[in-house]
Amino acid sequence: MVSISKRRTPNRSRFGDLTNILVLIGFAAFMALPLVFAVNNAFKPLEELFQFPPRFLVRNPTLDNVRDLFALMNASWVPFTRYMFNTVFITLIGTVFHIIVASMAAYVLAKHQFPGKNLFFNIVIMALMFSPHVTAIPNYLIMSRLGWVDTYNALVVPAIAAPLGVFLMKQFMEQIPVSLLESARIDGANEFIVFFRVAMPLVKPAWLTLLIFSFQGLWNLDGGTFVYSEELKTLPTALQQIVATGFSRAGAASAIALFMMIVPLVVFIISQNNVIETMSTSGIKE
Amino acid sequence: MQIEQISTKEEKKQAQFLPILKRKLSLLGSEMKKNKLSYLFLAPFGIIFFTFYLLPVIISVFFSFTYYNVLESPQFIGWQNYLNLFLSDDLFLQSIKVTFLFAFITGPISYFASFFFAWFINELPRRIRAVLVVIFYAPSLSGQVFVVWSIIFSGDQYGYINGFLMEIGIISEPIQWFNNPEFIMPTLMIVILWTSIGAGFLAFVAGLQTLDQSLFEAGYVEGIKNRWQELWFITLPQMKPQLLFGAIMTITQSFAIHDVIVPLAGFPTTDYAAHTVVSHLVDYGTIRFEMGYASAIATILFIVMVGSNVIIQKLLGKVGT
Repeated sequence: MVSISKRRTPNRSRFGDLTNILVLIGFAAFMALPLVFAVNNAFKPLEELFQFPPRFLVRNPTLDNVRDLFALMNASWVPFTRYMFNTVFITLIGTVFHIIVASMAAYVLAKHQFPGKNLFFNIVIMALMFSPHVTAIPNYLIMSRLGWVDTYNALVVPAIAAPLGVFLMKQFMEQIPVSLLESARIDGANEFIVFFRVAMPLVKPAWLTLLIFSFQGLWNLDGGTFVYSEELKTLPTALQQIVATGFSRAGAASAIALFMMIVPLVVFIISQNNVIETMSTSGIKE
Repeated sequence: MQIEQISTKEEKKQAQFLPILKRKLSLLGSEMKKNKLSYLFLAPFGIIFFTFYLLPVIISVFFSFTYYNVLESPQFIGWQNYLNLFLSDDLFLQSIKVTFLFAFITGPISYFASFFFAWFINELPRRIRAVLVVIFYAPSLSGQVFVVWSIIFSGDQYGYINGFLMEIGIISEPIQWFNNPEFIMPTLMIVILWTSIGAGFLAFVAGLQTLDQSLFEAGYVEGIKNRWQELWFITLPQMKPQLLFGAIMTITQSFAIHDVIVPLAGFPTTDYAAHTVVSHLVDYGTIRFEMGYASAIATILFIVMVGSNVIIQKLLGKVGT
């Protein structure tokens, strides 16, 4: 097949394409400038951070802030790698299980018929609307009843069943044509195989997106309320402790903000490339 | 005579009712047995969801009918919290006003912006597309970075916006963007919109990747004339699941605005000019430890969100017609 992108698409005018690009450039600048500013801040020496009037771009870039941050990290009570390990560990385990568990539930909610399914799904959506500020206390009561306070369980297990995941996956699973699933069943595949081999590949853009949401949430998870042993604290908690020590840490604080952002950003870029890549190969078709 | 007849009818109904119920239950039971596999798929999520999401909500709704200060066990006081909220808490009524203002302005703008950005981006070559998706989503990804807006909108003459406006002569004195009740709402809305291109946007981007391309080909043949017709008649109807997802995410976000406000405008804000329902709830829940009262606020907010959800779903039903 001749590459479609070379051919001029029907229903598109040059004028429309141009407006489209101009609008996007304008808003992209609005979105990006504050971030550019934040990145610059991380490399500003202390006197430039408190300079008036503030300059947008850094003049004498320095790695002092980063060095300062590492010095503070080394002075912490437990080795800093421990906080790092905790966050990486709960992020990986939580994200993998969340995607599998949420997708399995979403699959039957979208493609099976059984009593109670609509009620269940409506409850899942409504759970998104109740303020987490209020449920924090009942949540703590439940955790302590289970004996999970101050364990990894308290951080990982709730993340596995975040309602957002089921909602997102179900919306995409609905678009899968039943005929594709039926033909796999006729070929003798059991439901687990149909789910893993047929349904999941078809909704790859969806779970790549869910991967971002889950990764982002767990990476920034401050488990402070459920976990109090120093060995179990997460990276955001430890970093907050550093920032809380005072004004003189302003440089380190801006380095922290940047540092916390880099890892999810890299994961995001990789997964987005995959989302966009899948288009030509696996648009859902009968 | 008549009464007797009615009562025998009632009895008859009751006599019929039990076996019918039994039959229905056994039908349901066999139906459930037949769908064992479906429940098996649902179980891991269902169990964790019930324990850590549903149960806390149920307990909170129960707390809303009690006086509960976290230290002593809750005391049942009926509708008292709700009565107090509507009859003697002026600040609550003010917070409802602020919340609706935020929700009705930032909600729709952010929803439409998310969709149109995703749609425009989808028209571009692949490399550029990937870069733009990252730029638009980066603010949501960046956690606390929105705090840089406090420097941009700084209230003295050295703030970027003030400095710029004074230099070109629009204003002669610096504006206290985050402290002046006149400017606080619009300024916060700009920052909120900046952070709001989030879950919905990504779902739209992914949704546009899974469209059935053959329908577009059919559309060209059928005489779809321009990109707007294509959008309304072909793209949107296929995107309904994602549109619904985006709408509900927007509702939950725009009615729950609070966390963005605190680092920028303080807590509470000047004259409570940007005091939202969630701010009110946090005030009572985590500062005054009146969990019963805070739970009542959360329950009311919850009902408002569920209501708007119903309205939005009705509106979305009209898409593509």
